[in-house]
Amino acid sequence: MSLTPAQLQRIAVLARIDVAPDEMQSVAERLNRVLGLIDQLQSVDTGGIEPMAHALDATLPVRQRLRADEVTEADRHDDFQRGAPAVEQGLYLVPKVIE
Amino acid sequence: MLNSSLAELSAALAAKQLSAVELTRLFLDRIRGMNATLNAFITVDEERSLAQARVADERRGRGEAGPLTGIPIAHKDIFCTRGLRTTCGSRMLADFTSPYDAHVVERFAAAGAVTLGKTNMDEFAMGSSNETSYFGPVRNPWNLGRVPGGSSGGSAAAVAARMVPAATGTDTGGSIRQPAALTGVSGLKPTYGVVSRYGMIAFASSLDQGGPIGKCAADLALLMNAMAGFDARDSTSLERPAEDYTRCLNEPLRGLRVGLPKEYLSAGVDEDVLARVREAVRWFESQGASMAEITLPNTALAVPVYYVLAPAEASSNLSRFDGVRYGHRARDYANLGEMYRRTRAEGFGAEVKQRILIGTYVLSHGYYDAYYLKAQKVRRLIAKDFAEAFARCDLIMGPTAPSTAFPLGAKSDDPVQMYLNDIFTIPAPLAGLPGMSIPCGFDRQGLPVGLQIMGNYFSEAKMLGAAHRYQQATDWHLRLPPEAAP
Repeated sequence: MSLTPAQLQRIAVLARIDVAPDEMQSVAERLNRVLGLIDQLQSVDTGGIEPMAHALDATLPVRQRLRADEVTEADRHDDFQRGAPAVEQGLYLVPKVIE
Repeated sequence: MLNSSLAELSAALAAKQLSAVELTRLFLDRIRGMNATLNAFITVDEERSLAQARVADERRGRGEAGPLTGIPIAHKDIFCTRGLRTTCGSRMLADFTSPYDAHVVERFAAAGAVTLGKTNMDEFAMGSSNETSYFGPVRNPWNLGRVPGGSSGGSAAAVAARMVPAATGTDTGGSIRQPAALTGVSGLKPTYGVVSRYGMIAFASSLDQGGPIGKCAADLALLMNAMAGFDARDSTSLERPAEDYTRCLNEPLRGLRVGLPKEYLSAGVDEDVLARVREAVRWFESQGASMAEITLPNTALAVPVYYVLAPAEASSNLSRFDGVRYGHRARDYANLGEMYRRTRAEGFGAEVKQRILIGTYVLSHGYYDAYYLKAQKVRRLIAKDFAEAFARCDLIMGPTAPSTAFPLGAKSDDPVQMYLNDIFTIPAPLAGLPGMSIPCGFDRQGLPVGLQIMGNYFSEAKMLGAAHRYQQATDWHLRLPPEAAP
C-alpha cells in the first residue's frame, strides 16, 4: 500500500492538519516508509484470533467500571477557561460557523 | 550525597544532617549549572520548589515525615501540574498551565516530595531520541553528541547527571526503559493499570503507563509505593490492594527461573550489548537462578503492530488540540475549518503530525479492518507468546535496546530505523506486562548498556528484587557520567 499525494491530501483534511504543497512529497515519502513497515502484518495468519483492544484482556477479565450519576466536581468554569485562546461571557469564541 | 539512594537521603533528613531546603538547593544548583548543556529540564521554578521544601521540613518537625518527605524529584512534562506550566514538549502547549494535578503528582505531593521541575521529552511522548521536543534535544550526559533516548529522555538524563535523585516517566513503547538504558539509570514500566493515567497527557491510551526512573531498583520500589494505586478517575485503573514494592528486595535468587528469548539475543544486536547482557545473565546464574532459552516468535511483528495501534489511538486522543479550549491557536484564518487545520499544522511538530496522519489513515473507511483490526489480532498473538513463556519462567531477561546511545541526527531521516530501535521494549506494553531496565556495563565507547527484565502481570516486586540483588553485587548504577563529575 502506498499513498499518493492526492490520498495524503484527503487524509490531511480528515486529520484537520494543513500540509503545505511543497511538503506534500516528503511527507508522503516518510508515511510510505512507515506503511511499508506495517504492511508486514498482512502476511500473518490471524484466522480465529480475537482482536485485543485492551492491554489486559489477554489475561484478566476487564470490567467496565461505572459510577453513580452524581455531581462530584466543583464548578471551576473560570479556572478551566483561563487557558483558552478566546473567551467572552463564559463562552469559547470560534469563527462564525453559520452564515 | 549525589550517589545516595533515596533511603540514604531520607535517613540523612531524618538524622537532621541536612534539611529538605538544603537538599533542594543542592540539586537546584546542579540544575542551574548543567541544564544549559544537557537541556534536561523545560521548566524549573526555584521559589516553588523551596516553598515545598520548607513545608517538608515543617512536616518533619511535626513528626509526620514519610520515606519521601523532603526528597527532590522531577516530573516528566507530560504530567499536569497545577500552577506550573505543562508543555508535553510541544509548541501546542508551550504556554499551557493545567488547572489540576495529575494523580501521580498528587501522590508525590502527599508523600511530601519536592518537585524541582518538569523534564524535557519527545513531543507528546512520540520519539525514541528526545529530538522531537519543541524545546530542543536533550543531550546524553555520557557523551554530549549522543541522544539520551526517549521519550522520557529529560528524566533519564537528569537522573544520570545527578541533577535530581529521581524522576517520573511514561512508557508507551519503551519511553521509560530505553532512555534509562541509554543513560545508565534504572527505570520501571509497571503492569498496565497499576499507575493512574489521570492528568497524564494521553498518547496511546491502551498502552500508556507511568512509572519511575531512578538510580537503582531500591529507589524505584520506594517511588512505586508512592505512585501506584487505584484511582477512580482513570477508567483503566485497577482496583487492587496496595502493595509494598520493597517487599522482595532481599529475596534470594536461588530457584528463580529466567527465560532468555532467542529473538532478543540475536543478530542485529550490537556485539558489546550482547556481551554485557550475557555477563549479567551469568551473574544471575552464579547466584542459583536457572536459565532456559525461550522463544517469543512474534517479536518482529511488535513494531508494525505498534505503529498501527499507537498512531490510531494518538489520532483520536490528539483531536482535542483544536485551538478552542486551550493551547496554541493560529493567528490568521478565514473560517473554523481553516483555524483547526492551521492551528494543528503550526502547533504540532513533524513527527506528531506524521503519526496523526498514519493513525487517521489506518482508521479511515476501507482500511480499518486491514490495519487496525489486523493489528489488534496480532497484538493478541504477541500477548500469547508471553503467556506461554511465563508458564515456564518467572522473569525474562535480554537487552533493553539493540544498541547503545546513537549520535544526534543519526536516525532522523528514516522513521523506520528510529522505530526499530524500540523492538525489545514495544512487546511488553502491547501485552500490558511490566518491564524494567537497569545498567549492566558499558560498550567500548564508554556508553551504558541496559539489561531488560520483564515479568508476568503484577510481578514488579519480584523484578525489583532481582534487580536489587544484582545492584548489590555490581556498581554500574553508581558510575557517574563525565558531565556529572562533582
